Amino acid sequence: MKDIALRVLNIAQMRGAAYADVRIVSRTTQRIAVKNGRVEALEQDETQGFGVRVIANGAWGFASSSRIEAREIERVIAQAIAIAKASSITKVKDVNLGEKLSVKGSYQTAIRIDPFTFPMADKIAMLLKADEEMRRVKGIKVARGEMAFQRENKIFASTEDSLIDQEIVESGCGIVAMATDLATGEVQVRSYPNSVGRHQQTRGYEFILDQRLVENAARVAEEAVALLSAEQCPSYDAMTIILDGSQMALQVHESCGHPIELDRVLGSEAAFAGTSFLTPEKLNNFRYGSDVVNITADATIPGGLGSFGFDDEGVPAQKIDIVRDGMFVGYLTSRESAQQLGLGKSNGTMRADGWNRTPIIRMTNINLMPGTWNVDDLIADTDDGLWMETNRSWSIDDKRLNFQFGTEMAWEIKGGKKTRMFKNATYTGITPQFWGSCDAVSNEKAWTVWGTPNCGKGQPPQVAHTGHGAAPARFRNIRVGVIR
Amino acid sequence: MLGLDKVKEITNQVLALSKADQTEVIFRGTDSALTRFANNAIHQNVAETNTEIRVRVVYGKKIGVASSNDVSPEALRRTVDTARVIAQLQRENPEFKSLPAPQPIRNVEAFIEATAHFSPEQRAQMVQVLCKKAKEKNVIAAGAFTTTAFEVAVANSLGVFAYHPGTYADLNAVAMSDTGSGYASFTHPDARQVRADALADQVIDKALRARNPIALEPGEYTVLLEEEAVYDMLNFLGFLAFSAQAMQEDRSFLKGKIGEKVMDERITIFDDGLASDTIALPFDFEGVPRQRVTLIENGIARGVVYDTATAQRDGVASTGHSLPAPNTMGPMAMHMAMMPGNTSKQEMIKSVERGVIVTRLHYTRPVHPMKVLVTGMTRDGTFLIENGEITKPIKNFRFTTSYLEALNRVRAIGNTTQLYYSDWGGASRRVPALLVDGFRFTGVTQF
Repeated sequence: MKDIALRVLNIAQMRGAAYADVRIVSRTTQRIAVKNGRVEALEQDETQGFGVRVIANGAWGFASSSRIEAREIERVIAQAIAIAKASSITKVKDVNLGEKLSVKGSYQTAIRIDPFTFPMADKIAMLLKADEEMRRVKGIKVARGEMAFQRENKIFASTEDSLIDQEIVESGCGIVAMATDLATGEVQVRSYPNSVGRHQQTRGYEFILDQRLVENAARVAEEAVALLSAEQCPSYDAMTIILDGSQMALQVHESCGHPIELDRVLGSEAAFAGTSFLTPEKLNNFRYGSDVVNITADATIPGGLGSFGFDDEGVPAQKIDIVRDGMFVGYLTSRESAQQLGLGKSNGTMRADGWNRTPIIRMTNINLMPGTWNVDDLIADTDDGLWMETNRSWSIDDKRLNFQFGTEMAWEIKGGKKTRMFKNATYTGITPQFWGSCDAVSNEKAWTVWGTPNCGKGQPPQVAHTGHGAAPARFRNIRVGVIR
Repeated sequence: MLGLDKVKEITNQVLALSKADQTEVIFRGTDSALTRFANNAIHQNVAETNTEIRVRVVYGKKIGVASSNDVSPEALRRTVDTARVIAQLQRENPEFKSLPAPQPIRNVEAFIEATAHFSPEQRAQMVQVLCKKAKEKNVIAAGAFTTTAFEVAVANSLGVFAYHPGTYADLNAVAMSDTGSGYASFTHPDARQVRADALADQVIDKALRARNPIALEPGEYTVLLEEEAVYDMLNFLGFLAFSAQAMQEDRSFLKGKIGEKVMDERITIFDDGLASDTIALPFDFEGVPRQRVTLIENGIARGVVYDTATAQRDGVASTGHSLPAPNTMGPMAMHMAMMPGNTSKQEMIKSVERGVIVTRLHYTRPVHPMKVLVTGMTRDGTFLIENGEITKPIKNFRFTTSYLEALNRVRAIGNTTQLYYSDWGGASRRVPALLVDGFRFTGVTQF
């Protein structure tokens, strides 16, 4: 495949591309889903192809195909160049990638147990056992469990003499218990370890074993049933809330991870995902949160769902500060956007969802760094508040300011102790005011790198797998409750 | 595009390779191009050629599924074998009875050559028209223009063979001034019907009128929901309520309500994959012909959509709404439409003493599925109506409201409809505008 990649580049240059890069990608995914005692889905999917990016007449073109064969390669390159030349009729200035980037390297996810060779019978048995444990609890209408695995092999080569091969392996799993009450119209759900189907990391099957799905199944089901008769979470204009680690991960994703994507800031996503309130003059000049808020972007964290060796422009994975002591100090950049803002080199966040998508700026692992509090001490220190756990709904405006989240479960905290369970809890806020009200972050003992395998962006649509290191954190004076 | 004969050759090969008791194969082919623009210039311009073969094999009551995008003979053999190995590792599905038997499928002419062969230069010229107009008016345009040709085939070892080619074109654009924005989109199977100049005028006008918005207090308002917003409402109804699986799992508000009034009596919603004014697909992903299903008729709940598995549970026939196997989401209404009414948007505005116009909804998520309680934001053109006139642009609201309650507080239904097609999942919707009372805004953002 490396020879094919180099041949693609030769042809592209001969046809007039000033720059070209090619990714040849093959991806295998395996999914197992069980529901109410049956294996509902057992599938394995393979996709492979190549995508060529070119600059011709100072503008971008991209074309891709699933057929990796000589005549098709010629056709696709010609198509990419025709597309680039067509793009140039509206250009204001030529694409500028900055200084030449020539990188050679390899990367492979470190795994202990290959998830694709681990016995299927054992995977199914674990999910069915967890399913059985959930359905033992009276009142559960639907019990679901899922595992998903992915292996992606990709070769990247460019006319600037880069040649990189990578193999990224991911494993994910989750269980969900749903309880319903037709008389009241209540539908309550509890998920473990995370909602939206699963928690996921760039690890082997050892990640699945670490999650202990069976051991947590009964608890999850009992909580779902208990939520049916729990009190509706009251509304408060200004309440203290402590968000658990998984909810913090999504809070970081939505209200920090997206607005720091420099392509959004510069308008590239305006028609679909939106823009950003973190406009360029705010860089190094804006208080994003309180001084206990420190956020990094780090594509090197072992096991992080947003970890890799090199991004899809060949830039090596790296760690950068985004928010330092509450001050906004960093964007996620590409080669081109870094030049547009005079930021020097890319910090390596261009990622494409497969061979048939052009890379765009995506989150890697965006992390709220651990603080100093033990979780138990944080709760004990809270006189009147709410503990909110596991995301249930999420929504934010197109500049990433006004948000509203709901969690599956909440607990009233009175006098430093969890007392009553509440259902249908929601909270809302404006991003910098919200982060400005953060007065405590839990320490590394409670810090997990959560995986979000369903981040959508781009036209045509792309799904990215992103990671978020987070621990529980406390926020003051937050508006809670809008459900009537 | 491979064409009927070549696709049939591939599906026949797959069926011949399989030694399973029953075998199903889905073929999907795509030739798609998208010209994306921002800051009044093309910044991403992409094209994709892809095929996918998805094989479901049944050994007794054990089912395995494998897919690949390589349709070479060796790859087909490998995919069939992978499906076989997976099936053998499976547990039995006691509910499974059989893949569907063949039924007559009506052909629908939905392939427009002009769309399939729309060139990069033609797409760029369309975008150039829009960007040029935006520059002349000192606004910034962003958006995307897509032209796609696709072909779908389903075949199985019981004799099903169904093939359908189709095309669609979609232009969407947002125009932004320093303090306001507007949005519009247009979808049609024929790219020649896309009028970039008219769409440009629409979004630019809205962006200019949206400058210097004022902040309004959240609360309950009479709201004119333009077609793009009603599209979102229909999506949620389809996803949360109109599927037999949602009914069977007690999470649809329609449970126990078939035959009862659940919405305003002027609301009629149906699903029809063969309609001449949708992005048609005459069969589902099991090769079952799509039936026209009346979901809501004059406000009365009439039915939901089924696939083979959910139909067997309820002892009815599939309505032809399956998704590709293995499907854990249940059947899905992919071609919904809401019937128009008899009120123009101008008449709606004139009838409102104090209210809000919403162009589109953003980042909407369900908060309480049984109430169809949804939260989200308004976006790209939100205006105040006072005494029958649009007076001021307003800052975008967060809403948390029940779509179901809104459809029970309808004042008027628009007399025209607009078509939408989603790249995220491939569903078509055709909807009018709606004027509703009591739409609940619960917050406001800064722009």
